[in-house]
Amino acid sequence: MEIVPLGDSALIVRVRERFEDAPDQALTEVLRTFRRLQDAAIPGVIELAPAYTTVAVFFDPMVVTNAGPKPDEALDWLTERVRAAVAPHMRGGHGRGAASRVRLVEIPVCYDPEFALDLDHVALQAKLTPTEVVDLHSRAEYRVSCIGFVPGFPFLAGLPKELATPRRATPRKEIPTGSVAIGGAQTGIYPLRSPGGWNVIGRTPTRLFDPEKSPPAFLRAGDRVRFRAITREEFEALAP
Amino acid sequence: MTATVFHAGFLTSVQDLGRTGYRQFGVSLAGALDVFALRVANLLVGNDESAAGLEITFGGLRLQFADERIVAWCGGDFDVQIESRSLPAGHATRLQACEELKFGRPQIGCRSWLAISGGVDVPIVLGSRSTDLRANFGGFGGRALRDGDVLQLGARPGSPIPATERISSWSASKPWSQTAVSTPVLRFVRGAAWDLFNDVTIQRFTSEAFAVSTDSDRMGVRLDGLELRRDNDVDLISEAVAPGTIQVPSSGKPILLLGDCQTIGGYPKIAHVITVDLGIAAQLRAGDHVRFSEVSLADAHRLLLERESELKRFRIGVSLHAV
Repeated sequence: MEIVPLGDSALIVRVRERFEDAPDQALTEVLRTFRRLQDAAIPGVIELAPAYTTVAVFFDPMVVTNAGPKPDEALDWLTERVRAAVAPHMRGGHGRGAASRVRLVEIPVCYDPEFALDLDHVALQAKLTPTEVVDLHSRAEYRVSCIGFVPGFPFLAGLPKELATPRRATPRKEIPTGSVAIGGAQTGIYPLRSPGGWNVIGRTPTRLFDPEKSPPAFLRAGDRVRFRAITREEFEALAP
Repeated sequence: MTATVFHAGFLTSVQDLGRTGYRQFGVSLAGALDVFALRVANLLVGNDESAAGLEITFGGLRLQFADERIVAWCGGDFDVQIESRSLPAGHATRLQACEELKFGRPQIGCRSWLAISGGVDVPIVLGSRSTDLRANFGGFGGRALRDGDVLQLGARPGSPIPATERISSWSASKPWSQTAVSTPVLRFVRGAAWDLFNDVTIQRFTSEAFAVSTDSDRMGVRLDGLELRRDNDVDLISEAVAPGTIQVPSSGKPILLLGDCQTIGGYPKIAHVITVDLGIAAQLRAGDHVRFSEVSLADAHRLLLERESELKRFRIGVSLHAV
């Protein structure tokens, strides 16, 4: 584990060097670190943001410097606090308690040709039929590595290797809300209409981001996710 | 009471100090790109520092209030007129109902922040009144202002209102109110990817001037000219970024992130502009040339502490001048 500054108002706690070789383990460790830091409630810490192999710790330098140390010691002081808060995890091995709290979320997806703009392209790349692509995609279990890009956008690990498809050379100017897509070895869902370069293979009626709700995002880092293939009729019935 | 926008100008949006606490859900900070300028302007009109105001990009804004309000602005080198009299940066003045406030085009810089006594009263969404222009929520209907919009204003705080002569006698010093400079130098601390760049590249980064590209916006300032190449051009795992982060995509052209930036990024982070200089970064416009100069993290914190204690004195000064 290393702790490095991210400018003058944040630190990055890097729990692991690599992600791809053991995504599940990386996420479990990141989430444990995230919870430990949450529980520690270190003075001056404003918010925490987990992603893949790291937890970012955003802080108010004014509070941290006033919490005791001299200005030139503020960062050392905070780093020590952070290190102490996450230390039990370094000694404690695999805390099963944290892992058992992981949610399993099911997301309905309609793979109708009208929504699946790039399904044929993905099938061609994978040397599979579109039906086989849909089967593989909707049978796998995924895990949210990170929420980002736009609010509520889940980056999902666990895509069957056959389905990995490079991003489009020219990104689309506009991808419809709810589009389920493949980008490289990851799959994800566009919560808002936005530009994007991933290959769209379906659409979900589930709303992934709603600023009026608390929390505003439907998913969070660490969640386990399954897609359930639905018909066009089911999609229309579920769509808001 | 209300403000009527006759002309919205190039890009005007409702912003406060930004939206914190939701990065883990991918929600950007948004907010005034120079929060210090907005705080100073708010103090000048007797508002709470965190009240929502207007961020005006490249001027062109014309508006009028339905009742009497006190206004002040800070930011770039703008020509601001109330009917036929001009309103310099960092000065508070009383605006009568139906007097028109007009922002011209800036000579230097590109943004300014207008505070109105009572603040702009839009609903608080995820803890902030800021407009998220990328995700289209918050602020005024989640969008930039348009001609003809009518904004609700808050109740005027701190009655009795300071007397006119007192208002105009108190002003913010030029470095605070006029934040745009003709030869900008941004101080930075090293980023996590600093060591991925060789000595020659680092030498160029810290000694030469970068040109601001036309495709810069509230998400980030794109820099042209010098290309910062890495010897080993591997992809990194995405992790948090923040306003001030300077990331270097494989094109070698650095991007300085601003308030509307994404919450995560996978490009190497060569450096981070320090908090006290983000206001200068917010004024960069296409064609400007900018240089970078290294400071220590301890210095970055010391500079921030100094500025905050000066602001504290200013806050006391302003309150003593209110009747």
